[in-house]
Amino acid sequence: MADQVLDTKGLNCPLPILKAKKALNDMATGATLEILATDPGAVKDFEAFCRTTGNELVESTEEDKIFRFVIRRAA
Amino acid sequence: MNAEAGTNAKAMSLIVTKGSLDWAYPPFILATTAAAMGLNVSMFFTFYGLTLLKKKLDLQVTTLGNPAMQMPMMGMHMGMPNIVSAIPGADAAASAMMKNLIKKKGVASIEELRDMAVESEVKMIACQMTMDLFEYEMDDLIDGPELGGAATYIEDASGAQINLFI
Repeated sequence: MADQVLDTKGLNCPLPILKAKKALNDMATGATLEILATDPGAVKDFEAFCRTTGNELVESTEEDKIFRFVIRRAA
Repeated sequence: MNAEAGTNAKAMSLIVTKGSLDWAYPPFILATTAAAMGLNVSMFFTFYGLTLLKKKLDLQVTTLGNPAMQMPMMGMHMGMPNIVSAIPGADAAASAMMKNLIKKKGVASIEELRDMAVESEVKMIACQMTMDLFEYEMDDLIDGPELGGAATYIEDASGAQINLFI
């Protein structure tokens, strides 16, 4: 279970990334953020976001066209 | 300067030259995303791009000179030949149509993206020459932008890995 959940369903690029970043800002190092999205572009974008920022993409899954990501905040 | 970006952080600069609804998207999407990814971002607003810094935005699209503009309509795509733009109200209708699509598809408004850019400390430079040329005052613009010229932009761009002209 993630420490915090962010629902970005229905939002389009770049809002899921921007809202996730905003949420991560207020979280402690090591805390996890679960993001729900319907934007298929978010899959590649969260991978790129995490590679660039050093945050860890713990999970990336899809079920019934809902994408679910879990990101662990880096220091 | 992005508060979270250290001195070794990467940087991006953008020259924003266009002020229509469609052309306003690429610079603000890229600036906010780059800032979210830890880059220091600098946006230089010049010529028609400067109007994107005005307090009150009323952005429009035009069908003129844009053969690639196709609006989804009843499961098809409707082209917008140049002649359409001669009909009074055609651009206003196209703009309203696009704003509807933007809302319906969960795309951020330009106002929303601009607020996020300010919030994430994207540096915004209003071109001094354009301010003079089109007779704008700092009072016409949102809080945040600073004034600058070509040299100000070049200084930022020379230290950036990504430099875009939009």
